[in-house]
Amino acid sequence: MHLQTVAGMSAGLAAGRYSSLELTRALLERVTRLQPELNAFISIEAEAALAAAAAADARRAAGERNPLLGVPIAHKDIFCATGSRTSCGSKMLANFVSPYDATVVAKLRTAGVVSLGKTNMDEFAMGSSNETSHFGPVRNPWDLTRVPGGSSGGSAAAVAARLVPAATATDTGGSIRQPAALCGVTGLKPTYGRVSRYGMIAFASSLDQGGIITTTAEDAALLLGAMAGFDPQDSTSVELPVPDYAASLDQPLAGLKIGLLKEFFEQGLDPAIETQIRAALQLLQQQGALLREVSLPNLPLSVPTYYVVAPAECSSNLARFDGVRYGHRCENPRDLTDLYKRSRGEGFGTEVKRRIMTGTYVLSAGYYDAYYLKAQRVRQLIADDFRRAFTEVDVLIGPTTPTVAFELGSKSEDPVTMYLNDIYTIGANLAGLPAMSIPCGFASSLPAGLQIIGPHFSEQKLLNVAHRYQRETDWHTRVPERYR
Amino acid sequence: MSTLSRADIENIAHLARLALTENEVPAQLNSLSRIIGLVGELEKAATAGVEPMSHPLPGLAARLREDCVTESDHHRLYQRNAPQVEAGLYLVPRVIE
Repeated sequence: MHLQTVAGMSAGLAAGRYSSLELTRALLERVTRLQPELNAFISIEAEAALAAAAAADARRAAGERNPLLGVPIAHKDIFCATGSRTSCGSKMLANFVSPYDATVVAKLRTAGVVSLGKTNMDEFAMGSSNETSHFGPVRNPWDLTRVPGGSSGGSAAAVAARLVPAATATDTGGSIRQPAALCGVTGLKPTYGRVSRYGMIAFASSLDQGGIITTTAEDAALLLGAMAGFDPQDSTSVELPVPDYAASLDQPLAGLKIGLLKEFFEQGLDPAIETQIRAALQLLQQQGALLREVSLPNLPLSVPTYYVVAPAECSSNLARFDGVRYGHRCENPRDLTDLYKRSRGEGFGTEVKRRIMTGTYVLSAGYYDAYYLKAQRVRQLIADDFRRAFTEVDVLIGPTTPTVAFELGSKSEDPVTMYLNDIYTIGANLAGLPAMSIPCGFASSLPAGLQIIGPHFSEQKLLNVAHRYQRETDWHTRVPERYR
Repeated sequence: MSTLSRADIENIAHLARLALTENEVPAQLNSLSRIIGLVGELEKAATAGVEPMSHPLPGLAARLREDCVTESDHHRLYQRNAPQVEAGLYLVPRVIE
């Protein structure tokens, strides 16, 4: 049962082959049994899941026919869910029980989705290896000595090990696509504003976007349809109708103009990954797509731009954690300043402190123009590069990551080495573009990811390309041996 | 652009209201210096006349809503997560002696 996709489970439930309760029990057993080796979850919520499954079965018995009704998934622990501990991977929120639902959680609840619990993540989504979590690192199902990527490492590992067919995730600089690539699963980061950020704990508000990790593009289409849409509770949510993402999955690719991102192939790319990317491009060409090389000259500046903009926004967003209204509070504060300083010093981990410090520095008097304004101007240049590229091509394709999954602990000493992992993914966040990562083969026995980036609100096109590719290949169906 | 000193780290930590331990100060000094080196690459970019970009979707600004009451009182529920409350109030150390 656990090897099925969301669409497969949906069909199984509709045909009465099993109930949501049976399915939920079967998956919960795996989630619980495999937790000690993968650490993919922060909270396993068996009782609530079984109650939701029973409720879904009752809704089905009453005649309801929603395709997601009774399908079990998991939520990244950045999404607030009523009555659930929502820790964001931090000691700061280790005891925070959310009094409300994030819009994403509420929408999926309404659709009848059953949540099995909350997945592990880098603390406050700051990290590319899931090693900054207060709850310990997640292990990559393909090799337990390696990282799953981050920050949505728990969601990616849970889907890769088929603990759940799908898990929600968020992407600020690559946090959906990079772990999806390293774990050999499908990750979709929608256009900025497409999915509500309400109740999704903020890291960098001009970059954060909620999305989904699944095994197939078809499942990503199903789930995005249920998650997306205008939300008056999020002032950056976009007032556009939600298309039927599943309807256009099969469209032929004849005449599709693909831009090959020159800058992504220039330096630091593992040659074994490049081989897989070139093979994938050839396959798309055989389906009638047209290939041309495209240059985005400012793209190499995306990492330094991001590491000004994201920490600046993080330092201001995380000012809310003051030890007064919620979150960790230090013992015996001398005065209010001591309360703030020690609560924050004890509640935040090293990487979060590093980003708050960086953000505070680049926003401080005397440095604001040189760093923050400068980065915002370079951000505009990068966005312009993408705008120009999309006047010539329909989608841009390249690798998702420069390397395959690395060993646990191998990059945690130097932050800059870690930051450079996001070199291919950050551009889409800076420009607010939708992007996907899909499995495209293996390099040194570990999964490689193909990245597809499109213009604003082109999720249908990305899903279409990904689906057509997945019809011709079976990389997305590969499961590590011990989890089959 | 500039090199950071131990005093800079202590000042930034104060501005950010972060207590750093003795061991954390040199570690933060080291990593922040590396990060400042990385972002220093931005100097190379020619940005004269380029508008700073703060919203990723061109032409869109944050939406405003009617100035009316939309929330009801949930203070009991919300204060369940508070470290210290009394009579519906959040408690902090004495501010005025």
